[in-house]
Amino acid sequence: MAYFIPTAPEDVPPAELGEVELYHAHSWITRWVFCQDAKVIAIQYSLTALAIGMVALVLSWLMRLQLGFPEAFDFIDAQAYYQFITMHGMIMVIYLLTALFLGGFGNYLIPLMVGARDMVFPYVNMLSYWIYLLAVLVLVSSFFVPGGPTGAGWTLYPPQAILSGTPGGAEWGIIIMLASLALFIIGFTMGGLNYVVTVLQARTRGMTLMRMPLTVWGIFVATILALLAFPALFVAAVMMGFDKLLGTSFFMPAIVEMGAQLKYGGGSPILFQHLFWFFGHPEVYIVALPAFGIVSDLISVHARRNIFGYRMMVWAIVIIGGLSFIVWAHHMYVSGMHPYFGFFFATTTLIIAVPTALKVYNWVLTLWRGNIHLTVPMLFAIGFIITFVNGGITGLFLGNAVVDVPLSDTMFVVAHFHMVMGVAPILVIMGAIYHWFPLMTGRMYDDRLGKVHFWITFLGAYAIFLPLHYLGLLGVPRRYFEMGETSFIPPSAATLNEFVTVMALIVGFSQLVFIFNLVWSTFWGKAAERNPWKATTLEWQTPEMPPGHGNFGDRLPIVYRWAYAYGIPGAPQDYLPQNVPPDLARVDELPEEEKRHKAAAGGHA
Amino acid sequence: MTVALIGYILILLALCIGFCTIGRGSRGTRYAVLGSVAGAIGLGGLFVAAGSGPQSPRLHDAGLALFAVGVLANFYLLKRYFDEVEGDRHVSALRRRAAGRATKNMVALAIILVGAGTVGFHFLSPWWWTPIASNWGYVDDTIIVTFWITGVVFVAIVLFMAYCVFRYWHRDDRRAAYEPENKKLEWWLTGLTAVGVAGMLTPGLFVWNQFVTVPEDATEVEVLARQWEFAFRLPGKDGVLGTSDARNITPENPFGLNRSDPRGHDDVLIEGAELHLPINKPVKVLLRSIDVLHNFYVPEFRAKMDMVPGMITYYWFTPTRTGTFDALCFELCGIGHYAMRVKVVVEDDGKYQAWLTQQPTFARMLAQAAE
Repeated sequence: MAYFIPTAPEDVPPAELGEVELYHAHSWITRWVFCQDAKVIAIQYSLTALAIGMVALVLSWLMRLQLGFPEAFDFIDAQAYYQFITMHGMIMVIYLLTALFLGGFGNYLIPLMVGARDMVFPYVNMLSYWIYLLAVLVLVSSFFVPGGPTGAGWTLYPPQAILSGTPGGAEWGIIIMLASLALFIIGFTMGGLNYVVTVLQARTRGMTLMRMPLTVWGIFVATILALLAFPALFVAAVMMGFDKLLGTSFFMPAIVEMGAQLKYGGGSPILFQHLFWFFGHPEVYIVALPAFGIVSDLISVHARRNIFGYRMMVWAIVIIGGLSFIVWAHHMYVSGMHPYFGFFFATTTLIIAVPTALKVYNWVLTLWRGNIHLTVPMLFAIGFIITFVNGGITGLFLGNAVVDVPLSDTMFVVAHFHMVMGVAPILVIMGAIYHWFPLMTGRMYDDRLGKVHFWITFLGAYAIFLPLHYLGLLGVPRRYFEMGETSFIPPSAATLNEFVTVMALIVGFSQLVFIFNLVWSTFWGKAAERNPWKATTLEWQTPEMPPGHGNFGDRLPIVYRWAYAYGIPGAPQDYLPQNVPPDLARVDELPEEEKRHKAAAGGHA
Repeated sequence: MTVALIGYILILLALCIGFCTIGRGSRGTRYAVLGSVAGAIGLGGLFVAAGSGPQSPRLHDAGLALFAVGVLANFYLLKRYFDEVEGDRHVSALRRRAAGRATKNMVALAIILVGAGTVGFHFLSPWWWTPIASNWGYVDDTIIVTFWITGVVFVAIVLFMAYCVFRYWHRDDRRAAYEPENKKLEWWLTGLTAVGVAGMLTPGLFVWNQFVTVPEDATEVEVLARQWEFAFRLPGKDGVLGTSDARNITPENPFGLNRSDPRGHDDVLIEGAELHLPINKPVKVLLRSIDVLHNFYVPEFRAKMDMVPGMITYYWFTPTRTGTFDALCFELCGIGHYAMRVKVVVEDDGKYQAWLTQQPTFARMLAQAAE
């Protein structure tokens, strides 16, 4: 049966299991601090991620100040600069984006959207957050140890990561980094198992997999990727830790450092790169897939139109997830690995562009013939599409082995990945925060401040990263503390760098508008009406708003139709929530084409 | 500098309030004045904090606090002003509708401008690749093909989205079309995308095959990297480089050559100086590192590869233009990464041979060390 045809009430399958008694908090501490409710854990995850993200934002200002105005700041020397870029990258990718999408949105939305009372293993879920917090604190501690944090770049390539020529390589920095990553992975695994099992086992009656909102699909597949990919990083971190602490030589060949023969020998630096990118490339999609899912829902709700080609959207997520495990070495075309790998990885990498492009088409086709409300979440979704398309097409440059040769390790790469996995997912995060803010707090954000925030952030971020592509084309390398004099970089490049720095400060500063808006509205915002966006999905159909402990009151909802029943002809409203029985909706929900098809087949199908 | 920049941002914000409120009667003026005052207070605080020096941390903190107050006051005024304007709008649904239509047009226009700005920047900005000086023109051609294919898609999507915003903006009396899927359209788009991707991949793989296939007649040149400098080794009269191992490295044998390998004794060793190459002769660059990852890249040659300790990597190219070029390290190699560079001189064969004869050989260096 097609996924968009509703189930009759008598066809809803009976519950397979009785309800399990929920854990109930008995004190303030177990309710708000050591809490097992996924919604509270989600808020804890989100606030921690945003807080550490602010640190990474400030680090980006510092590095931009150095690039825009070299020699103007005494406190930024080469050591500090390399520490800034390393910590900025690591925090943004792992501790902000991964944690916020999976730990934050995953925890909040999965149980609510699939109609569950909570995650399947609430206690493990709570542990997950506390270990994540520990990982963050360990990471932050590296700013205060002798030698400071590691400056090996977020890729932590050995041998330099554990040698004395790199900040934190001979002292504590790199060890703390590896320990923090290991903790993060342990914490994430606990949460990740929860998300997967909850999606597979705790969906309410009638919620088939092909009726799940794309948000859940995105987070679900991303979590599976993470569970498979993070172990590669984990073993790489452990092995590098052994190389550093025990003197093993997993990644260390014979090395002469500053004239001295080291005791290493026989290891392979490229082995680390394979392990790192076997994690690192799926990581891109661990961030991107939840963003894909969430933005699909934002567009559909605010354009009042069913997501275009739902089935293809789901398959695209699954296919992209699968392909993401066989493209990793496109980060390594110039690493010195066997050159024939280039043929294979260039081909797989460019193939992945096809399902990704289809997703973009379907988002735009959802806007087409829609009924578009230009709300703040919708604006962020539009901003996402533009930045994602821009960043995606530069991926077609870098994925094509021979084009990558002149562009790799230049500013082009920096511009590409910031556009595609920095700006684009963060625009989704912001849009999603605005979208679900009424649900989480029961109040509305300030619409006008939200729009001010959107335009400065979107236009500003675009103006930061678009020009950087062209600096890279020119040959400006990344990870350079100072460009100095060269014959191929004109003085105008320095002016462009100043402009980019000023834009970065403006965009960073405008985030205060966002924070002010959220804090203000949480306490003094207008009370939100129920289901303010008139959405079909279950999280908006809870008896209380914000949803209480156990999410759905006395009875779990029963799902009769897919999550995208918008604009059905003849329906009393332009949306039908997933849990409204078809006989109450009193409308023929078949699309025109389907009816014609049925008529042609001679009546009942 | 920092102060000036942040101050600049603050003034922008104050101006923002000012512009929003100009021409809206006395209330607008009031907010403009208040916003500027708050902005000035914040800026004053920032100047106090920046000028206070390390001896007076209390003044520093007070200045920062004043700055924060100024910023928050500005936000608050902005919000209050918006609230009041919003209040006005309730007067007439018709006016609200008109304002909404104007907004929608602005959003569509903004989307078009972002697309047009991107294309304009691409064609009009002065930043573009450096003129090529090697045989890898095919690489540049592949980039151009990719720019065209992806550029068309980018422009098409952006314009279509602007059209959707303009045309399908919300109206109460209309509903979105209900169309769960359109298989025909989706297959068409899949097919067209696949064709576009193939159009980029095919030349890409073709050129990659050339890139990884070194011609028989290429002369070998070894580039040795260590933190944070490059050194070079050229084959001597026998035309073959001797074997080497990082374990052999000593102060008098910085390249780690095997003394027992006779082919290495006539190798030409160049340390702390530029590399010369003859024009129009294919070169196979053998890349070695003795400590960490490095990369040897001349932007004009369009060819690069990492240097990995413990193994020898390579690439090849043919210099096609005489001149002096900058070679830079393109793989993060520690704190001196940004300063690791050297010059490469491409010249005609006569000058090259003259230069080559003046360079020391391994045998001569060993003899000198023995003396």
